Amino acid sequence: MTGKEYRTITDVKGPLVFLNKTEPVAFGEIVELRLTDGTLKNGQVLDTSDDQVIVQVFEGTASIDKQTGIKFLGDVFKLPVSTDMIGRILDGAGRPRDGGPAIVADEMADIIGAAINPYSRQSPDTFIQTGISAIDACTSLVRGQKLPIFSASGLPHNDIALQIARQAKLVDSDDDFVVVFCAMGITAEEYNFFVHDLERTGALENACLFVNLADDPAVERLITPRLALTAAEYLAFEKDYHVLVIYTDMTNYCESLRQIGAAREEVPGRRGYPGYMYTDLAMLYERAGLVKGKKGSITQFPILTMPGDDITHPIPDLSGYITEGQIVISRELHQKGIYPPINVLPSLSRLMNAGIGDGKTREDHKSVSDQLYAAYAQGRELRGLVAIVGEDALNERDLQLLKFSDIFEDKFLRQSRDEDRPIQEGTLDLAWKLLSNIDTKYLVRLDQKWIDKYHPTDKKE
Amino acid sequence: MSKENGVIYRISGPVVTAVGISPRMYEVVRVGDEGLMGEVIELHGEQSVIQVYEETSGVRPGEPVIRTGQTLSVQLGPGLLTKIYDGIQRPLPELEKTMGVFIKRGVDADGLDLKKNWNFNATAKAGDSVTPGYVIGTVQETKTIEHRVMIPPGTSGVIKSISSGEFNVTQTVCTLEDGNEIQMMQKWPVRTPRPFTKKHAPEVPLQTGQRILDFLFPLAKGGTAGIPGPFGSGKTVTQQQLAKWSDADIVVYIGCGERGNEMTEVLDEFPHLIDPKTGEALMNRTTMIANTSNMPVAAREASVYTGITIAEYFRDMGYDVALMADSTSRWAEAMREISSRLEEMPGEEGYPAYLSSRLAEFYERAGRVETLAGGDGSVSVIGAVSPPGGDISEPVSQGTLRIVKVFWGLDAGLARQRHFPAINWLNSYSLYPPSLDQWYRDNINSNFPEIRTEISALLQVEAELQEIVQLVGSDALPVDQQLTLEVARMIREFFLQQNAFHDVDTYTDLKLQYTMAKAILSFQEESKKALAGGAALEDVVNVPARTDLMRGRFESGYDVKIDEMLETMIKQIAETMEDN
Repeated sequence: MTGKEYRTITDVKGPLVFLNKTEPVAFGEIVELRLTDGTLKNGQVLDTSDDQVIVQVFEGTASIDKQTGIKFLGDVFKLPVSTDMIGRILDGAGRPRDGGPAIVADEMADIIGAAINPYSRQSPDTFIQTGISAIDACTSLVRGQKLPIFSASGLPHNDIALQIARQAKLVDSDDDFVVVFCAMGITAEEYNFFVHDLERTGALENACLFVNLADDPAVERLITPRLALTAAEYLAFEKDYHVLVIYTDMTNYCESLRQIGAAREEVPGRRGYPGYMYTDLAMLYERAGLVKGKKGSITQFPILTMPGDDITHPIPDLSGYITEGQIVISRELHQKGIYPPINVLPSLSRLMNAGIGDGKTREDHKSVSDQLYAAYAQGRELRGLVAIVGEDALNERDLQLLKFSDIFEDKFLRQSRDEDRPIQEGTLDLAWKLLSNIDTKYLVRLDQKWIDKYHPTDKKE
Repeated sequence: MSKENGVIYRISGPVVTAVGISPRMYEVVRVGDEGLMGEVIELHGEQSVIQVYEETSGVRPGEPVIRTGQTLSVQLGPGLLTKIYDGIQRPLPELEKTMGVFIKRGVDADGLDLKKNWNFNATAKAGDSVTPGYVIGTVQETKTIEHRVMIPPGTSGVIKSISSGEFNVTQTVCTLEDGNEIQMMQKWPVRTPRPFTKKHAPEVPLQTGQRILDFLFPLAKGGTAGIPGPFGSGKTVTQQQLAKWSDADIVVYIGCGERGNEMTEVLDEFPHLIDPKTGEALMNRTTMIANTSNMPVAAREASVYTGITIAEYFRDMGYDVALMADSTSRWAEAMREISSRLEEMPGEEGYPAYLSSRLAEFYERAGRVETLAGGDGSVSVIGAVSPPGGDISEPVSQGTLRIVKVFWGLDAGLARQRHFPAINWLNSYSLYPPSLDQWYRDNINSNFPEIRTEISALLQVEAELQEIVQLVGSDALPVDQQLTLEVARMIREFFLQQNAFHDVDTYTDLKLQYTMAKAILSFQEESKKALAGGAALEDVVNVPARTDLMRGRFESGYDVKIDEMLETMIKQIAETMEDN
């Protein structure tokens, strides 16, 4: 059936092409479309039956007419992968964008990616130090985790992502990360920002970029992250690299998903997004982790901008149910001039407990982090109260907590864009120093033995 | 059976339409050249609509579809425990052996190890007349669990011969007079509830060692509970705590559409956890089903049925079974996804109109029953719900709440303050206390229900006082109300908060829970006396022994030490009067 070219298009709707009566075409098969002017476009089969085939065209359907020839290539979408991809910039469909030669395939990898058998996974438990106190202390990242950044327009999520990419390292190891960067519908300006920064720091040589910009076809965005993850899987599980995948912006990806759903006249779910968005997102996010018997790992940092700063919007909501926590960027902190403006209260790392503690970070880490949270949460709540009744109405404990919340933001959260704080001497000791502004008797989350050992003034030694 | 073989007409994701066969509804068919497993979910004229449990890319119209004549069934018998299955009872370690770390397709694997020999110990003898559910022999399946081999439903007669010895699950261990041969393995269609004689009212609590659950919002053995909560509020940790510590005989844990790493964590952790009752690994009583979010959606739909059928099977042996489903929302979404591929008319938020009846049917399979053999067994079902945006007005939460008797409402605000378990004590409820109170009086303390009422009343009063505090600050309150706030804070921080990751604090037995609750009330009582005697509130609440009492719960042997700590506290509170 390959080689045969059909000219049986009946309908073209948005990114979809409908054609009649072909020989049996496989579900998910790759399609080549030859326009009357000779241009080639690519697509994929979304629905197939004896009578009708629906093809989704990655480059958009502009200029497609009923004379367009359609060829079914007899295979599902595959990406040529090899270690030569490191240091390269590719476009959203996996073709070179940097003017370099085409990637010579070491192997062809199916981009859909099979699910990892849960039994074959290995529990992620190696702490990654990002050098950012808010993350290291409160939402510790471990290797193999997927931890998205929930941000919103106008916030410095890109700086944070880059700082993480630059500083991420294991505490007792020189293993470097390879960065796979996947851009989906971001502007050329944002893209340049990323590339310049990666170039400036020399990280580009250790990175592989897949780039679909805002003016590239929207439908292509649906395959860009799959290409990036396929490359990441190859590097991690075939070539033993530790891969850090940063993709931005998931919101654009979901918009594309909705666009396809609408064109197919599917029954929409919440806010018009398709009902299978959870499964679809899971098929990306779940491609993180460690596998028994393989040295490499995939750690994911998806960035998404919450429409209208709304964390209950379907995109952050469904993401949050799949990913292992989230780092939430706060507009309020940003406007106070605090960088990085990470609001630790709604932020969370589900794998934190496995990666911290004795022999990993430090024995008191968990207690300290719980205490920071509790004190900061109560302090922030008191701010609301103070606005009504004034500080005079507070008792001693509340006053201390209130003061602590300011100190915490100013001294603990705030750090410069190139400040790399080591976990023990940088982050945890700083936390103790700040906590000593509160009377020990109010520090109920701290085990007595840690107070005896680490409290700067109540120490027993 | 007419028309055994047909061909594929159309493929749309997990939904495949076949022509040329006329199968029964819910019959299992083999789809395509690779023989992918599927289930017939709709008959439409000449066409049969099939949901396929495996990824369908690459499958073409015209490939064959073959009937199997069977509905989706599970294999039941010795060898279920300690196993981890996918949604259609394929053992994941077996899949790893045949296809490596990534799950590929077209691989079949038996739920039970058909070759393994078990030591069958016949307890019935020739001449015994047997009916369905009758236990004819036992197998020591794991160190702690004795597997009772039963006459399958629908079979009865008089035993002609039966013998003890080494058998695998497909060999005949017992023959009836009418020639019926009984093997250790039974098959049961997952969508059909297993039969029992009658349902009893639940009278015994399922003890979980989680203070807020056991003490304030208890679940009965055979009861149903729903845990809705936004992401990050601790649903999974709570479910895992229940799987670890609840005093059921058997635990079935269904990871339905959840994270891969989370299932791995459970898999890594369970074999190392020790059952406080038996001193053996908890894994010995556990069966796990893992269909993570990126595994095929149709198998996710089937996974809860696979799980509850296994649970019912152990119930029929007379065991108390606890089933955790995390998360039922993902199950509902799988239904939604398939329904939308079928182009069915959607109900609320795109979910199919039959959503609530499916939920109800599922939870109805829980219960404490008189088994066919006349024994007593139970299945308790605890379903996590993941409402979008944490808003429980959505269809899955509402459909669940209409059925379950216990509601453990998780609260994002509490989670943010790191108050765990983040169960909101004001809107959670349990309808079981009236039927369980007698058990508490008989087994824990005759005034247990009264103490519970006092504790929850204090929390209610606190909520009202907090509203005033929000306006005027706590110092403006009269001293007795300030004390109430202090006591309530103690309830929250000392009693309701529990650290799942702390070796000692992770589990508190009911007796100690009662003692802790009493200690809080004694603190209140003694403080009132001291205040009346002229002590200052600040001195009273800051007596060092109270901090010791509260921190003591992290130390082992607390159940012994607590009485002494309490006495010291009472003494120190009394001393505050003398200071003034």
